Amino acid sequence: MPELDFEIITLGHGSGGKLTNDLLDKGVFNLFQNDYLQQRHDGAFLDIQGKIAFTTDSFVVNPIFFPGGNIGELAVNGTVNDLAMCGAVPKYISLGLIIEEGMRMDDLWEVLAGVKISAEGAGVQIVTGDTKVVERGKGDKIFINTTGLGVTHPSVDFAMDRIEPEDVVIVSGPLAAHGMAIMSVREGLTFDSDIISDTRPLHEITYSLLETFGKDIKLLRDPTRGGVATVLNEIAKFSKVGIELDENQFPVGRQVKAACEMLGLDPLYVANEGIFLTVVNKKIADSALSIIQDHRFGKEAAIIGEIQPENPGKVFIKSRIGGRRVVGMLAGEQLPRIC
Amino acid sequence: MKYLEEFRNEKQVKKLLDDIHSMVTREWSIMEICGGQTHSLVKNGILNLLPDEITMVHGPGCPVCVTPIGMIDKAVELALEKDVIMCSFGDMVRVPGSEMSLLKSKALGADIRIVYSPLDALKVARDNPEREVVFFAVGFETTAPANALSVIQAERSGLRNYSILISHVLVPPAMEAILSDEETRIDGFLAAGHVCTIMGSEEYEPITQKFDVPIIITGFEPVDLLQGIKSCISQLEKGESGLDNQYKRVVKKEGNKEAQSIIFEVFEIGDREWRGIGMIPSSGYHVKEKYSTYDAIRKFDIVAKDGKENPQCMAGQILKGLKKPHECPLFGHKCSPTSPQGAPMVSSEGACAAYYHFGYEPA
Repeated sequence: MPELDFEIITLGHGSGGKLTNDLLDKGVFNLFQNDYLQQRHDGAFLDIQGKIAFTTDSFVVNPIFFPGGNIGELAVNGTVNDLAMCGAVPKYISLGLIIEEGMRMDDLWEVLAGVKISAEGAGVQIVTGDTKVVERGKGDKIFINTTGLGVTHPSVDFAMDRIEPEDVVIVSGPLAAHGMAIMSVREGLTFDSDIISDTRPLHEITYSLLETFGKDIKLLRDPTRGGVATVLNEIAKFSKVGIELDENQFPVGRQVKAACEMLGLDPLYVANEGIFLTVVNKKIADSALSIIQDHRFGKEAAIIGEIQPENPGKVFIKSRIGGRRVVGMLAGEQLPRIC
Repeated sequence: MKYLEEFRNEKQVKKLLDDIHSMVTREWSIMEICGGQTHSLVKNGILNLLPDEITMVHGPGCPVCVTPIGMIDKAVELALEKDVIMCSFGDMVRVPGSEMSLLKSKALGADIRIVYSPLDALKVARDNPEREVVFFAVGFETTAPANALSVIQAERSGLRNYSILISHVLVPPAMEAILSDEETRIDGFLAAGHVCTIMGSEEYEPITQKFDVPIIITGFEPVDLLQGIKSCISQLEKGESGLDNQYKRVVKKEGNKEAQSIIFEVFEIGDREWRGIGMIPSSGYHVKEKYSTYDAIRKFDIVAKDGKENPQCMAGQILKGLKKPHECPLFGHKCSPTSPQGAPMVSSEGACAAYYHFGYEPA
């Protein structure tokens, strides 16, 4: 943490005056230093070749520190993963901070360190940003917005209507870790566990899939809020196909499973931050699975279902005991402010 | 997980289903009392695996569903007009009252906190000594001990800013009301395992005798439910009507005596209104005079009257087993978990929500 003569954020830090400059010079610019920020312009000048993927996301997670990460890491990985799901290599992101008056400087510093570590881990540069401070009670410690730019892989051809019967659905890792990690520390719900958030960048895996299989990778999606069930329902609806899942094939961690049982939650609907779903041509399914499993973030990947011509728009699951039921969309929220 | 995986064993399930299929010779209607059982039947796809002759009727055992609309209005009034911190189980905050749900009152500025236990509400009261804190105490016999305990603990620690808005109901009087209703035809019951964990099995003996109906105390996992159904069908086919306890690993004949003594230290039995069913004599708990200062109804001057229901909502007939959720004209059209018109659509354990969530189409 840099030497600063203030311990908490005050409204002055958002005024644009000296305090803002102190915070930016000694804190933000110093931490993220790169040529783009060095220009000290109102925006960044970027040279990009190829088809650009462009995305934005806002992060309001409560609490801002949780097992396995903090809001800063989430803000970078979330946007990096949105670019990854577009089949892009993430390049640049912006960082917009809305800080509540009274936030402790060491907390802010820890969040910014999370941003830096994740950005380095994902190979992206913070090239522009903004800092605002709102009165106490008008925010909740800190909200972060990140916007990202990436270069799309040339073979990306994602269209819902390319998904057809016999295609296979793969999930890249165990379900529900992020949601349950947040829940374990949420006021009024706390319970002891070793569950940690799965927040992590996924673009390396998605890029190798596209590099190896090209157009046979028909779709990439990260099942964040609403969980796996919600994304699969969207795919079934817009692709006008049915999806048949096998409950026995779902990877779910032992502690996550137990916590879900205890709180009466279905892991299919709990938020994730570090896994993706992909729909692939059946003939490459096994090789695609091994490529995902070869990566450190994809060890527990599994084939969980198949696209079918029957029941277009619907997702069915074969239950553990051999019964069959529809998997619906999440109605209402399981827990607000999860990311 | 021990006590879970072995009750979700596919081979055992198949064996039980085979037994049930070979046993059944005519049509039977069995009511599972508890919403947790309804949810498990639907979630595991068991309803479609049973013989066509067996109709499962989904009983009134979802506390959120049977809490009268007037109680929700009272909770909203307390939260909005009396400026209390209203603590509630998560399911309850989405239930629509006559004017609004607790969730909507939160958007209008009310202080609503979702808790998993009344003891968490007690902590809120301790942490906010300058505010009044009310816990919305709904439930069957299962949640009564913890709710009663919160009052005892508040009293012992001299906590004066805590009270409970109580809407507690009891299973046996509801079963009697259903069996006495001339419209209903229930041949057998799966009694609610968790309720019996507290109260024991004894209080069901007189019902089997009076109404000549088999009652099987049953758990919640697929193997539990199928063992319960098998035991019930076996009795029905033989013309017997006895009490059987499938959930022996948890339920004792006398129940949990300590929990019972905590309940009756704080509560006494009295008449209660059930949403969709109406007033049932001696079917719920009320706070005893001794603890009246912890009863939110007596503590605050509440004006909310009995609430208005959507006249098209079939919740009552559904809770009595006369209609299936998807036979209601509102189901899937005007009524869904995002805009519930009646309580069984709100709680995840409600019969309508279970049917909606697991893909039943409007009839």
